[in-house]
Amino acid sequence: MMRVLLLLAMLLAPSLAGAVEPGEQLANPALEARARALGETLRCLVCQNESIEQSDAPLAHDIRVLLRQRLLAGDSNAEVRRYLVARYGDFVLLKPPVMRDTLLLWFGPGAVLLLAGAGVGWHWKRRRKAEPQALTAEERERVARLLRDTEA
Amino acid sequence: MRKLLYGVPLLAFLVLAGYFAVALNSGRNPSEVPTVMLGKKMPEFDLPALAGGGKVSSAALRGHVVLVNFFASWCVPCRLEQPLLMRLATDDKLTIIGIAYQDKAPAIGKLLADLGNPYREVAMDEGGRTGIDFGVYGVPETYVIDRTGMIRKKFTGPLDPAKVETVLLPLVKELRRP
Repeated sequence: MMRVLLLLAMLLAPSLAGAVEPGEQLANPALEARARALGETLRCLVCQNESIEQSDAPLAHDIRVLLRQRLLAGDSNAEVRRYLVARYGDFVLLKPPVMRDTLLLWFGPGAVLLLAGAGVGWHWKRRRKAEPQALTAEERERVARLLRDTEA
Repeated sequence: MRKLLYGVPLLAFLVLAGYFAVALNSGRNPSEVPTVMLGKKMPEFDLPALAGGGKVSSAALRGHVVLVNFFASWCVPCRLEQPLLMRLATDDKLTIIGIAYQDKAPAIGKLLADLGNPYREVAMDEGGRTGIDFGVYGVPETYVIDRTGMIRKKFTGPLDPAKVETVLLPLVKELRRP
């Protein structure tokens, strides 16, 4: 049991570790927490599937420092995001904004689910319509004969 | 009606295959970030020069067609494009401004002594802030700036002879026309 727990802890540890270095952190814990939460939503342009909080790339470091400077200067989260989007495009946001180009991305899966649901519903409705018919006299006789044979 | 339904998976497959065929043959590099800086004013900068203790500023470039090249001594592909930049600077009389990205002056001095210096001026962007303003996410990156200071083209990664002949030189020629 202890072994399993230890293994789990070791497996989970990397996901908890950020790349933020001690020198980058802000003295104000509330502001630092805000900076981290914001950094989690920003893509590192070098290692593109990591956030700037996770990445060790020099560019991610620069953006982390920049982000903290802007927060210290009193920028809102939206202002910091706008600043980066103006330079790197929407791609810098890990969560794509809802807009014309991303409608399919956001609502496509829901639409597919609805369509599939409608298809399944239609199929069931048709199946239920085909209700069992009463047996004819001939069929009843055959059933009786078969039952008699198996009992014998 | 039933028969038509059997065609649905085939149709779905063809649509998907069509998308993949178009995407795979487009020659697009998926890790390349599409730039949003095209058609925008070049970000302002006023950086220390590599030598002489002066400044290199964006304001001084107004009225000229220039290449702004982000490079670094620690960047291997930058060495690859260096001979091409030398050729552009000498044969084609292009003004190239070098911005040394996240680098130190001694290392840059050694690089230019080894490979030649194609730059009219070299600015030191040690903190990488000007790079962020330009939307740089890796070196080398090269920006073509027109006389009004507008970014007209961005090359991500090292320049090669094909890009220079088919894209860069025709664009510069057009921009230089009075």
